[in-house]
Amino acid sequence: MAKRIDVSDLNVYYGDFKAVEGVSMTVEPRSVTAFIGPSGCGKSTFLRTLNRMHEVTPGGRVEGKVMLDDQDLYAPSMDPVHVRRTVGMVFQRPNPFPTMSIFDNVAAGLRLNGVKSRSTLEGIVEKSLRGANLWNEVKDRLNKPGAGLSGGQQQRLCIARAIAVQPQVLLMDEPCSALDPISTLAIEELIIRLKSEYTIVIVTHNMQQAARVSDRTAFFNIKATGEPGRLIELDDTAKIFNNPSMKATEDYISGRFG
Amino acid sequence: MSTTSLPTPTGQPTESRAAGRSGRAGDRLFSGATTISGIIVIGIVTLIGVFLIAQAIPALLRNNANFLTSREWSPGGDHPRFGILEFLWTTVTSSLIAMALAVPVGVGVALFITQYAPRWLRRPAANLVDLLAAVPSIVYGLWGLLTFRAVIRPFEQFLQQKFGWFPLFAPTPISGGTIFFIGIVLAIMILPIVTALSREVFDQTPAAHKEGALALGATHWEMIRTSVLPFGKPGVISASMLALGRALGETIAVTFLVSALAGGTPWTWSLFNGGETFASKIANNAAEFSNPNKTGAYIAAGLVLFVLTFVVNSIARVVIERRKAFSE
Repeated sequence: MAKRIDVSDLNVYYGDFKAVEGVSMTVEPRSVTAFIGPSGCGKSTFLRTLNRMHEVTPGGRVEGKVMLDDQDLYAPSMDPVHVRRTVGMVFQRPNPFPTMSIFDNVAAGLRLNGVKSRSTLEGIVEKSLRGANLWNEVKDRLNKPGAGLSGGQQQRLCIARAIAVQPQVLLMDEPCSALDPISTLAIEELIIRLKSEYTIVIVTHNMQQAARVSDRTAFFNIKATGEPGRLIELDDTAKIFNNPSMKATEDYISGRFG
Repeated sequence: MSTTSLPTPTGQPTESRAAGRSGRAGDRLFSGATTISGIIVIGIVTLIGVFLIAQAIPALLRNNANFLTSREWSPGGDHPRFGILEFLWTTVTSSLIAMALAVPVGVGVALFITQYAPRWLRRPAANLVDLLAAVPSIVYGLWGLLTFRAVIRPFEQFLQQKFGWFPLFAPTPISGGTIFFIGIVLAIMILPIVTALSREVFDQTPAAHKEGALALGATHWEMIRTSVLPFGKPGVISASMLALGRALGETIAVTFLVSALAGGTPWTWSLFNGGETFASKIANNAAEFSNPNKTGAYIAAGLVLFVLTFVVNSIARVVIERRKAFSE
């Protein structure tokens, strides 16, 4: 199921503003890749180009190439809707659909794909909620609103919603930054479990988190405000945190960033 | 922080208590002012109700016909006979026709402006629709009478010819101010209310909800269906109810346009019949408020309209409340 992502020489623009410049990287299937870097360095922007969510922002566009195995995500014939069904996303703030029940939230993506059979839906909803480690907490109240759950539960509900459509890749944009430490731990355990099935890319501000969950880490940086963000280096997480090749990475990791 | 900033019996605490006290004075003033405003509003509504009931009761007691089910209207004389059935029918059906047309169109316009229109068009389009609300209702009355009636007429005839077997479309001798026609003019009048309020709520749909839907692979329309419409639903309901209230009570344009029925005209369900609404009946007969009994009959009719709008608003409240758990 999981696929490899191959990015070559990608520039991201918002209108005339160049937000990210010249990123090339490969993300291995069935692994967790973490993006770290200071605020405004373009890591979230870059993440959003991996499922074309940046196009939701007016003026958002890219130059360059993103391949998902042998599919070109930016081929003229490629429908962004199709891209997003293949590359799922979990956001910084948990965003379950407030008017929908827990069940309907998880089933939402399936229904968009035209799955109507109640028994099929029930099967996949249960599997997804189990996959997101939420089943035992919500199985007795599937018809209650999703907004009634705690923040951590809501985020796991969003993960269940994302994996219910069986994407090839799961993008996570600071999924724990709005959560308490215990919920964060639950999500991190979940990420480690999910990587056996999915290619996972996670943006995080928390370097310990990157060290805990990721196999490989990418460090992004920005020279000055108004300059585009760049990928400084991408390597095994252990190497990035113990013996990075670039001085900028070492400065950031060791807190001597300025 | 040093220990000197800790509360002691002598130092800072006294000062902060003093600051607190002046803050409470402001609080008291403000809560007092808002409480009074609230009481005034409730008081006014209650007084209007009391006024209507007090004025209506003597006339109702002298009424020789059933007030709710009679179609007669002769409130004068020693044996007054009057009932509101015809006004109730005309008022409610014309307003429902207006709603049936204006709500889907208004929601559609609001969706277009907020979700589909190019950015440069949004403000002008919104302003243009708002401008419709600023047109005085007398202008709608004149326009309806002089221009629009001739436009609608062939369509009415078509419906009567082709679908006359259906009771609501049964042919009638009335031409011009039919319930159907009034409904369409009312629809145009309430369209800006529905549009403006729906636009406002659709605009406030959190980006997180929209992105949540898009990230699942929703198309633009599917995104609207899963995030914008559910989020805007309570707002659309309140907009519709406000608009319905306006349609039920609209006076000048309707007074201008209705074809009043002669006494004794046989009952028909047809939308192509004439008839008066509560508001137009009262307005048309303001000259008849010559003695308390006659006046009382009209006030009783007004009371029914008052109750009607009250019920409509209450229903809207209940609908919105019931969805609250799901729209936090």
